[in-house]
Amino acid sequence: MTQTTPDAPVRRQRAQVKVRTLRTDRWWLTPLVTFLGLSSFLVYGVWAIIDTSNFVEPYIAPFASPCLSTSAVCDGARLFGWAPIGDWYALPPGLLILGLPGGFRLTCYYYRKSYYRSFWLSPAACSVQEPHGKYTGETRFPLIVQNIHRYFFYFALVIGAILTYDAILALVHKPLGLGSYILLANAVLILGYTLGCHSCRHITAGRLNHFSRHPLRYRAWTLVSKLNAKHQQWAWASMFSVMGADLYVRLVAKGIIAFPFA
Amino acid sequence: MSYKAKFKVWRGEGGEGKLEDFTVEVNEGEVVLDIIHRLQATQAPDLAVRWNCKAGKCGSCSMEINGKPRLGCMTRMSTFQEDETITVTPMRTFPVIKDLVTDVSFNYQKAREVPSFTPPEGVRPGEYRMQQVDVERSQEFRKCIECFMCNNVCHVIRDHEENKPAFSGPRFLMRIAELDMHPYDVADRKESAQQDHGLGYCNITKCCTEVCPEHIKITDNALIPMKERVVDRKYDPLVWLGNKIFKRSSK
Amino acid sequence: MEIERHEYDVVVIGAGGAGLRAAIEARQQGKRTAIVCKSLFGKAHTVMAEGGAAAAMGNVNSDDNWMVHFRDTMRGGKFLNNWRMAELHAKEAPDRVWELEAWGALFDRTKDGKISQRNFGGHEYPRLAHVGDRTGLEMIRTLQQRVVALQQEDYETHGDYEAYIKVFQECTVTRLLKQDDRIAGAFGYWRESGAYVLFDAPAVVLATGGIGKSYVVTSNSWEYTGDGHALALLAGAKLINMEFIQFHPTGMVWPPSVRGILVTESVRGDGGVLRNSEGERFMFQYIPEVFKDKYATTEEEGDRWYTDQANNRRPPELLPRDEVARAINAEVKAGRGSPQGGVYLDVSTRLPAEEIKRRLPSMHHQFKELADVDITAEPMQVGPTCHYIMGGVEVDADSGAASVPGLFAAGEVSGGMHGSNRLGGNSLSDLLVFGRRAGAGAAAYVESLAARPRPAQEAVDAARAEAEAPLQRSGENPYEVHQELQRTMNALVGIIRKADEVAEALEVVEKLKERAQLVGAAGSRVYNPGWHLALDLRNMVLVSECVARAALKREESRGGHTRDDFPGMNPEWRRKLLVCSTGDGRSVEVEERVQPSMRDDLITLFDRDELKKYLTDEEMAEFDGISK
Repeated sequence: MTQTTPDAPVRRQRAQVKVRTLRTDRWWLTPLVTFLGLSSFLVYGVWAIIDTSNFVEPYIAPFASPCLSTSAVCDGARLFGWAPIGDWYALPPGLLILGLPGGFRLTCYYYRKSYYRSFWLSPAACSVQEPHGKYTGETRFPLIVQNIHRYFFYFALVIGAILTYDAILALVHKPLGLGSYILLANAVLILGYTLGCHSCRHITAGRLNHFSRHPLRYRAWTLVSKLNAKHQQWAWASMFSVMGADLYVRLVAKGIIAFPFA
Repeated sequence: MSYKAKFKVWRGEGGEGKLEDFTVEVNEGEVVLDIIHRLQATQAPDLAVRWNCKAGKCGSCSMEINGKPRLGCMTRMSTFQEDETITVTPMRTFPVIKDLVTDVSFNYQKAREVPSFTPPEGVRPGEYRMQQVDVERSQEFRKCIECFMCNNVCHVIRDHEENKPAFSGPRFLMRIAELDMHPYDVADRKESAQQDHGLGYCNITKCCTEVCPEHIKITDNALIPMKERVVDRKYDPLVWLGNKIFKRSSK
Repeated sequence: MEIERHEYDVVVIGAGGAGLRAAIEARQQGKRTAIVCKSLFGKAHTVMAEGGAAAAMGNVNSDDNWMVHFRDTMRGGKFLNNWRMAELHAKEAPDRVWELEAWGALFDRTKDGKISQRNFGGHEYPRLAHVGDRTGLEMIRTLQQRVVALQQEDYETHGDYEAYIKVFQECTVTRLLKQDDRIAGAFGYWRESGAYVLFDAPAVVLATGGIGKSYVVTSNSWEYTGDGHALALLAGAKLINMEFIQFHPTGMVWPPSVRGILVTESVRGDGGVLRNSEGERFMFQYIPEVFKDKYATTEEEGDRWYTDQANNRRPPELLPRDEVARAINAEVKAGRGSPQGGVYLDVSTRLPAEEIKRRLPSMHHQFKELADVDITAEPMQVGPTCHYIMGGVEVDADSGAASVPGLFAAGEVSGGMHGSNRLGGNSLSDLLVFGRRAGAGAAAYVESLAARPRPAQEAVDAARAEAEAPLQRSGENPYEVHQELQRTMNALVGIIRKADEVAEALEVVEKLKERAQLVGAAGSRVYNPGWHLALDLRNMVLVSECVARAALKREESRGGHTRDDFPGMNPEWRRKLLVCSTGDGRSVEVEERVQPSMRDDLITLFDRDELKKYLTDEEMAEFDGISK
């Protein structure tokens, strides 16, 4: 303490307010919507991994790209025809790579906020008491692992590049296909989300103390900061776009969507 | 223009107390602190409340209004319905002294545990040269008026009294970030941010940013960058390798 | 109940800029120092200062130097300043600002990386070191963090953070204690618990700020109850220049959530007009004879000026501050004011909403956020606002020592530095320069003492009885007495003064003195604001009497003192200081004292033509003798 204060007889106790919160607004709405949104993504993700209609010339479903094996499950969807895993692998292709973008989102500073709030209720909303008796946050295993976000960022950049490549390839092969543009829009949103990440912001110049000595990195930081300010919006937009694009490709592959410019 | 509003104000000393009902006149353009003052002047002369500047610049009148941490002087009555009952309570995270006044010494104690600004040796006053872009980040954090509402709202200590020794709260983690980003500060603050001040407790749920009356982006601009700086030091072998090769310090 | 006792070398009362700077200095000189403040540490009124700290560093214009700053300061104070203080201030301000930077302050920068400086009224060159519009906050935080840094040093060496400097926050001092004629300590109470506390200390530095809470409309916070002024008086020290108070003609008077907040003059420059309750644009009735040919006489011409300034005369809303204030004052007194005692300043019917937002963004934002007042849709209610008191404890310029041995003062509570009017930006630098000097003065004084004076037990008992009294009584509500004092001072000893009104105010103050003695405070002693106010009343009444008595005596208008019945500046009065003191602690005496002449090397910094406006013929002859 910077000062001493005399100890009066009764004191040093918090005000006794018996309720969990005195908030009168609909504070539960945001966590509820978040919960539903994130859950739908999880459910869709599981289905998309199992579903095998992940490729239809020239579209590759984002959840299955890149395809790393030669097995039939992702016939034609390989990146540069390259299949390092070989042909023994017959499980869904998504299983091989989805851990990377999935991990990126799982350890993302925004998603952490949203699922800590909506799934773990820690806290559900500001000044609403959390239901847990103990809290150690990200100080120990397993949550201390969140610190590896940066590695996922590096991989996510690669994945983002591949999705962009996929989209451009689709556009070249089918410039009049709606799917090409859906994939392109998705790639843009994914890149916006990835480049606006807090780790990216740190790497560009956030870690420096003298912006003035690194004008280019400072410029990059300024741009990333702009994206970063809307990271939450990018996160949701790209989450729905990747689901939407993936679903679209699969529906085309299944022949459910079958108009001329699909 | 004026109407009678229903208030519930927490009154008591040293933890014991209850919400007391008041009906009080409200005029156009008034803020909650005005109403508290009217209660003092007309109904409860010994109603305790801290306040100073009444212009949102000193951060004294922190309280919880309808459950949300707010400055009394910055909460307009026009944001409530006339028939709404307004509940005013002291900050929940700190021990209460009386009525709306809490013992915020936790914050001063934590402030003292953050090593002070450490300039390099040999720079005399008047010799400092800093570019505007290099001071802007720290300047944002120095807008802080120390209302302590971020520390009050942070669930790490709000809901877990036992975390207080290990966690300095957003206010002082931000102070560490401010110094770490200061162009002339040479102290190493990354280890201690994690070890001594509990940066790892923060789960970036952003309530500090939500309640900040100065609209400082505490989480995005101070806490997360500080977490990333700790990652540099402790969890990123690429950076470690780069530093080894190029002999750069991470400052 | 046992009284808590603490022994210190130096007790600093007040934790604003001056108090903290004084305490830092005393501690750096090895003295055990206590800082006693009414609010939390770091909440002092200094945080409200926006503009900046004036210091002739010459970072933006290299022609600036201490002599130019000195001249500007003397001019601003209408040559009534304590010239030695103005000199020290101008010379030392740059070092004080640079020192802050070495303690971690982050001022806005120039292109070449130095501290940026901005222009401000009355300063010849860009001179104000600043951080956006929150320079005061930066200063307080830096000094606060410097105190913490010193505490950390002490922890390293002594194992105790508070070994050499300690903050007693939310603690009010009610009496200074003496042994014989020397300061021996201070008596006060913890606001939080109501327990009494006694400081046993040979030196006390007053740094309590101003007196604004004696007025209804003020930009000052509740702490500004003139404690230091009153404590000094009661300890036998003298106050000077108490008649000089800085008012701003247009501060908000309503709604209460923004009362006292200043409305910048550019609102009038951008087309805002003043109207009374009858809707009349009254300023046309108040154009003084000397300005008749410079200002528009019809509304049409005035309105044309905004678009065509070459061919029209400016509207009378743009008359000098004191003329505007006088007019507002007269309208309100004639019963044509707004219900809350102001007049209407209307820009909403004059400009489209978008235009107002573009030209006055921060004004618009501030009122919208604080009070939901939309200046684009409705007129503002404005009136004169009490802002700063130039007067205060008479001190030795070099050491900050008051006439009572062991008593020191710095900052707004001290008098002399600013003369009859303070320049914007000079207050923050004043705090630093004289805060440091007072701290050093107190340290040197303690050093020189052969034996430590001890507070007499009778004095302690008396102070305790005095503080206890309101709790024991069931008397009048102190808020009522306070409100009447505020109304009286606001209406009768405000920005424009007349002999009969001031005399009337003195009669009311006399009665309020009696009533203040009888107020009661219901409730417990724990954080009881009613009780605190009851104790502050003594100070406010005493200080108000000083202001009124001095205002009645000074028969001229100068700087922050405008007498309707004596409109001009009078060179004879320039050399006279009005000195307030009290013998019995109840009534105030005012005497005239001659101000010493300026040192030769300082007075020759001015042009003869300029001096002629302020000095008597006799003084001019002297000047001609020197400059030959």
